Amino acid sequence: MTVNLTINGQKIQAETGQTVLQAARAVGIHIPVLCEHPALPPDGACRICLVEIEKQRGLQPACTFPATEGLVISTHSPRVMDSRKFTLELLISDHPLDCMTCEATGDCTLQDLAYEYGVKDSRYQGKQHNYPLDASNPFIQVERNKCILCRRCVRACSHINGVEAISVFYRGFNAYIGFGADGRMQDSSCEFCGSCVAVCPTGALWPKMSIGKGRPWQVEKVDTICSYCGVGCKLSLHIRDNQIIRVEGANGPANHGWTCVKGRFGYDYVHHPDRVLTPRVRRYLLEGVKKPENRESRIENSKGGTNLDSLVSNFWDWVETDWDTALNIVAEKLRTKRDTHGPDSIGVLTSAKCTNEENYLMNKFARQVIGTNNIDHCARL
Amino acid sequence: MAGLATSFGSGAMSNSIDDIAEQAKAYFVIGSNTTEQHPVIGYRLRQAVKQRGAILIVADPRRIALTDFATLHLRHKPGSDIALLNGLMHIILANGWEDKEFITTRSEGFEEFKAVLEQYPPEKVAEITGVPVEDLQRAAELMAKSKPMAVLWAMGITQHITGVRNVMDLANLQMLLGNMGISGGGVNPLRGQNNVQGACDMGGLPNVFPGYQSVTNPEAVAKFAKAWELVKDEGGRRKDESGEQEAEDFILHPSSFILSDKVGMTVTEMIPGILTGKTHSLYILGEDPVMSEADTNHVRKCLEACDFIVLQEIFPSETSAYADVLLPGVSFAEKSGTFTNTERRIQMVRKAVEPPGEAREDWWITAELAKRMLAEGGRQLAEGAYASWDYKNTSDILTEINALAPSYGGITNARLERGETLQWPCPNAEHPGTPILHVGKFTRGLGKFTPIEHIPPAELPDDEYPMVLSTGRVLYHWHGGQMSRRSQGLLEIYPKPLIEINEDDAARLGLDPSTGSPVPAALAQAGQAGSQRVRVASRRGSIEAEAMVTNRVPPSMVYANFHFPEASVNELTIAALDPVSKIPEFKVCAVKVEVVK
Repeated sequence: MTVNLTINGQKIQAETGQTVLQAARAVGIHIPVLCEHPALPPDGACRICLVEIEKQRGLQPACTFPATEGLVISTHSPRVMDSRKFTLELLISDHPLDCMTCEATGDCTLQDLAYEYGVKDSRYQGKQHNYPLDASNPFIQVERNKCILCRRCVRACSHINGVEAISVFYRGFNAYIGFGADGRMQDSSCEFCGSCVAVCPTGALWPKMSIGKGRPWQVEKVDTICSYCGVGCKLSLHIRDNQIIRVEGANGPANHGWTCVKGRFGYDYVHHPDRVLTPRVRRYLLEGVKKPENRESRIENSKGGTNLDSLVSNFWDWVETDWDTALNIVAEKLRTKRDTHGPDSIGVLTSAKCTNEENYLMNKFARQVIGTNNIDHCARL
Repeated sequence: MAGLATSFGSGAMSNSIDDIAEQAKAYFVIGSNTTEQHPVIGYRLRQAVKQRGAILIVADPRRIALTDFATLHLRHKPGSDIALLNGLMHIILANGWEDKEFITTRSEGFEEFKAVLEQYPPEKVAEITGVPVEDLQRAAELMAKSKPMAVLWAMGITQHITGVRNVMDLANLQMLLGNMGISGGGVNPLRGQNNVQGACDMGGLPNVFPGYQSVTNPEAVAKFAKAWELVKDEGGRRKDESGEQEAEDFILHPSSFILSDKVGMTVTEMIPGILTGKTHSLYILGEDPVMSEADTNHVRKCLEACDFIVLQEIFPSETSAYADVLLPGVSFAEKSGTFTNTERRIQMVRKAVEPPGEAREDWWITAELAKRMLAEGGRQLAEGAYASWDYKNTSDILTEINALAPSYGGITNARLERGETLQWPCPNAEHPGTPILHVGKFTRGLGKFTPIEHIPPAELPDDEYPMVLSTGRVLYHWHGGQMSRRSQGLLEIYPKPLIEINEDDAARLGLDPSTGSPVPAALAQAGQAGSQRVRVASRRGSIEAEAMVTNRVPPSMVYANFHFPEASVNELTIAALDPVSKIPEFKVCAVKVEVVK
């Protein structure tokens, strides 16, 4: 069923069950929001989306007010504008104005609204909170002084992840967000999925690994697919100077913008100093001698042992080479093995971490180049 | 996969994530620790329970996190899945709750199957599984009266010597209830690795070419022989009258070549095959068998004895100690191509950063090796349409896949670039993809009911090794741990291997129960004073690690992971294989536990 309403003099139709905000959004009418998030149930906490509705006594929150037949609404009347400005001034009266160094600059709804409504300062000078910074866990920094109590994080934890690790403690000016039984995040039921960070409209919840790494306009965003499990979450990698500095869930069909602790925060292995940077071959392959027979000393030495008095061990040392040398050695060795012991003496293990294209080539390599069906991967493990 | 292929004709997740998340009235999760192993699907299950009152039945020996949200937790003994399923189906039949129309019109083999179920009355099943009769009754009734029901499972079902039979029994259950080929139902094996589905689809298996075309099917062999044709060679490998290949042939004619039509070895056969002289060389791409295979000691012995091992990896791994050549590949962020997720959906992977040092995209390395091997043998690339290895980029390779793997026929680079994320089968460029398999008709025609009998695990506890060990992963790490242990935050939250042990057993062993508290708080504090170490030993090896005293595990069971080389549970696990799938029985073996003084 549809209902008819008028917004800013424009006659529009809405579906029954929609809120005024949803109806306005559907036709491209902008109503500012802070606590509202399209993926979360509305809360009506922040009073930024207040609109003027004829025959209603006070201003009404667009995010919770149902769109009903015959409503006549103004979204930007002088009364509404004054109210929003007043709300912003109150919010800012207890908010650090350190935008120059704040991580959230350029990615902060409160900052955007202050800009939109020209709120530079607050007429209401009063008590300000001075909570200590909570950087006790490796993933999420909690800066309660920047929290505007919109409860998006509370709703994301309950509605998206489901574990309900976040709640609001106390009331009024003393209210703050806390974890579990008001302890550290890591002592609560939190799974560090970071959905709370994703929905936080200010810098109150911030990915700790990204601090100081770059501003939103300094990064290139590349959408790709996560490298961990089989769900296939679409991720947005934020790149600066050839480094991943942040990962966010992107809107893919399997994850709809959400992801887990590994997808969001488990990316730094990519830049780990252990990465193999050049092809390596065992010295015996370059010296043209036989593979060392003494397997125990060979393995010991490769673990960093000091069995240097044995020549055998030296032949098992890694030597860094160029690609041509390494590839030619492998091609010659595999070719000889195939011709001596037959194609089925060679086993090919392809990888469930690599792409379809790479797996296809490994299949073609085993079957066409070697001539064996000895190809498998870790699906069984 | 083999199980579903037998029952339905193809083995993959039948429904889509969104479909089961939004449409199922009930879920039966068995052998899947969903919130830790497929977290985003775990969220959807919790949402379904909390936001629309869906029924959730969890069958798992451990009190996994998902059980907090379950309508009913069936805590069956490890390795008693078939008895449990047969018992539930016995009750469904006894009450006439089966979907008679579905059974008549869409299945075969029902009578034979039914005869086996008669031997699984609730009292007997309760004895085998340890699940009380009233819980069995309640579960069966919930399943019968809350349709559609989606079944979800993972390695907890497949990593048994009865893995394939477990899967076929789940297929039986869903046919019995008429939950196949419908929205919100289906059989939903959650695939572990990011592209394990794709690796299977692309012929990374010893029995099939890309698109599951059997290597023993002469038509498929002819198709690929033609596509990948090299210079015709009259001196090619021939077969004698008995069909056996003559070994001398390829020694006499090193450049000869035919496409093998003999099923190859699985990974669990190739590696032990080193000691029996079958396998001489290994080319390993992005795998770490020392960490991920069962019975690590044996794996090490095998790899030590291997003539030649080429490893293509991003890190020196536990396996690289045994490699003769280490080739630097690249991570997901440094490459382009496609991954196929658990719901058969093909999505684009895009290069975001340049590879470090000399590391190269893995497809480039494989192609270079192929070209050099062919040149080395004097083999020339000839008229076969897809014989060549001259790929400019991954989209060239995808075009070849489109041509040769029918289920990927319509999943073209152009469509992916337009933002489509298609689910196979998608045979042509106009096809919209297939969100739900087996609608109206199974791949094999009629669905096949298979009579399945309970078989106990290969190694059960005895006087010497009195406890059961089961294995798996934790939320904060991944498989052999080469990636997650190099992720600073993940390592900080879960810094070391932990062995889960029940309070009763801890008390019996004299462990301080205060070392146990709910995860992950216990994990963060695990390194602090007061935590105690235990030694867990099986017939194959032993490990020492800190105990996590928790009633997540039932009495007489311990649970450990294989994320840390200093105490990998695979030192203990048994390489007893499922006879069909060749999957090892990671989930059950016998161990003894002692406190380390």
